[in-house]
Amino acid sequence: MRGQRLGWAPYALLLPTLAFLAVFFAMPMVRALGLAFRDADGGWSLSSWDTMFGDARFREAMTTTLLLIVVIIPVQFALAMAMALVINARLKFSGLWLYIYAIPLGISELAAGIIWYAIFTQQGWLNSILESVGVLDRPFIFLNYQNQGWLIFCIVMAEAWRATSIIMIILVAGLQGIPRDYFEAADVFGATAWQKVRRVTLPMLRPSVQVALILRTILAFQAFAVVLALAGSGTTVLSAEAYRWYYDIRDSQVAAAYASVILLLSIASTILFLVLLPTREEQMG
Amino acid sequence: MGTRNTGVLRLLPISRRGVIKAGAGAAAFGGLGLRGASMQVSAQDGGEVVFLSTQLGQVTEAEAMRSTILADFEGEVEFITEDLGPFNDRIAAEAQAGSGSVSLIGGQHGDFASFAADGLLMDLSDLATELQDRNFPEQYLELARYGGESLAFIPWMQATYVMAANRSALQYLPEGVDEAALQTSLTYEQLSQWIMAINEAEGPKFGLPVGEMGLYHRFLQGYAYPSFTGGLNTTFTSDAAVGMWQWLQDAWQYANPQSVNYDNLSDPLLTGEISVGWDHTARLINALRENPDNLIAFPAPRGPEGLGFLPVVAGLAIPNTSPNPEGARALIEYLTRPEVQAVTLQQVAFFPVVEGELPEDLGAGVQAEVAAVQATTSDPAALQSLLPVGLGEQGGAYNDVFKATFRAIVLDGSDDIPGVLAEQAVNLQAVLDTAGAACWTPDPASDGVCQVGSGGAATPVS
Repeated sequence: MRGQRLGWAPYALLLPTLAFLAVFFAMPMVRALGLAFRDADGGWSLSSWDTMFGDARFREAMTTTLLLIVVIIPVQFALAMAMALVINARLKFSGLWLYIYAIPLGISELAAGIIWYAIFTQQGWLNSILESVGVLDRPFIFLNYQNQGWLIFCIVMAEAWRATSIIMIILVAGLQGIPRDYFEAADVFGATAWQKVRRVTLPMLRPSVQVALILRTILAFQAFAVVLALAGSGTTVLSAEAYRWYYDIRDSQVAAAYASVILLLSIASTILFLVLLPTREEQMG
Repeated sequence: MGTRNTGVLRLLPISRRGVIKAGAGAAAFGGLGLRGASMQVSAQDGGEVVFLSTQLGQVTEAEAMRSTILADFEGEVEFITEDLGPFNDRIAAEAQAGSGSVSLIGGQHGDFASFAADGLLMDLSDLATELQDRNFPEQYLELARYGGESLAFIPWMQATYVMAANRSALQYLPEGVDEAALQTSLTYEQLSQWIMAINEAEGPKFGLPVGEMGLYHRFLQGYAYPSFTGGLNTTFTSDAAVGMWQWLQDAWQYANPQSVNYDNLSDPLLTGEISVGWDHTARLINALRENPDNLIAFPAPRGPEGLGFLPVVAGLAIPNTSPNPEGARALIEYLTRPEVQAVTLQQVAFFPVVEGELPEDLGAGVQAEVAAVQATTSDPAALQSLLPVGLGEQGGAYNDVFKATFRAIVLDGSDDIPGVLAEQAVNLQAVLDTAGAACWTPDPASDGVCQVGSGGAATPVS
């Protein structure tokens, strides 16, 4: 099957795409990253890295970003898995569930942040409900920078609501790609529903899980608008710092340094997922 | 005096004499019949003018601009708003390319500094002479020269910062302070007592715009520092400054911690999350308009050195690459007409820079702000600052030092205020050195780069 020579035609057809990617993605990316290694006069220097590491908010940005990722990814993965299984079980109204789950996909990140701000703010929805039910006497300040626990909780809730659908869609596609034979074989062996999930679904879903995790983690490193809307200047993440250094402080070198850190972390996590979730040939179908 | 809005609305009490002169000028002024006054720049068809602005970017403001303020201009204006970053990039790119699409640019005086330094703006001195009868404040025209000969912009509008409060909070005012006293004699000390009383009864309800886009750095630069220390850079580490930060740290206990989310105080005032706050007039106007019966506006408090306050000047400039300079000049002439300035005030709460009589029907919200601003500028203890001059691209970095100091002392609650100040003084000096900026009001003028110090004998930071 692979023995046939393909000739130059496929490569020629790929050329326009490669050229487009090179001009509009690769070149600007290389130049932008190069900014991180230059100083204001254009010579090579690591001064912007010094500035970045020495900045008081770098540590906060790094810790908050990593904390959010460590908390959000497992939560979202578990939720997405449950949602995907519900849809795949082809229950009544499963088509409706798909639409409901997909609603957050249509909303921009900042809009989602503003919605959840309206829910969590002192005079917002959540406090009003809790007060009317009698759980609270006075409104509770959830978005309190002095109480990072609650702040992170609010951000995780908003992000989970907003971005779980992305993972769910990938998992649904993966689930639908598992041949029925495996499930029938499991039935023959008398497997319970939970055993089917653990022994058939999850292993067969590995390629999809790998893709979903990599994608979601890379996007999570770039999360910015939700954090801005909910936390304001109470906490910060790496991408917010990159934005601040470019737009407020007008230092493109340090902003590029922050962007490089995000890139490095994204690459590191991608490699981590590729190593932890190796996919075997037969699972690729 | 009641609520009649006659007279010149000036934000620069250059001296008592200046105020009296301005008053005399107002008395000699006619009524609103200025449309008939002779103007050498005639209102001919301006053609198509692309007007790029960093000001009036909020949706409601931009709408008001397009549908109301620009409505009577003879010509077609495309009003585009941008944040400062993209604004700078676009103008710089058009200058580099040698030809552009933007005919007129509008921004704060600090926004034009780097363009003026690079010679990218047309000299508008002749236009200023033609528009002499507008009587722009001389100090603003001086600002517009950026220390050189050429006039980089024509003043467009101005704004300042005031305090706002909910009437329900007035019951907690300290002894000896009533609503009338708020307009004339509130001190920082009394403000502390007030918000402490509110806190005991209702919880922390003081607000400052400490959000990412909030203007709390202007509070520090133009209000807190001058009122407590009489200076800014030159008194950055002074004992009076330590006292000011101590006051702020203490007051913060009575501030709503959600202040770090507030970019403007209109929404929190309307929802009741705060009952007393300080913010820009344009960021308070929504609240004052929507709830005029329950919200009041009054001047910022006074400190030991006086009532520090900060007017913000916005101007109109024409880039060298402007494709329609005649249309741009016509638009400048239009926007600086007294009646258009009055409409601007009524619509977006930015104050006029020209002499003229204010109309009666400004609306309750704007009326309240006008009263508060007039109370500020006519106060005998008023101590006017200017926005930083000569910082160019370093403007953001300069503000960032103040934000970092605020974060360390107030948000993180440091016990070593002098230590933090000494540390940040080094950063502040570095910014001033990079920008090569001389001192500006409230600091005394300096030869050469402004030196950050502790007031009194100017000991440079090592």
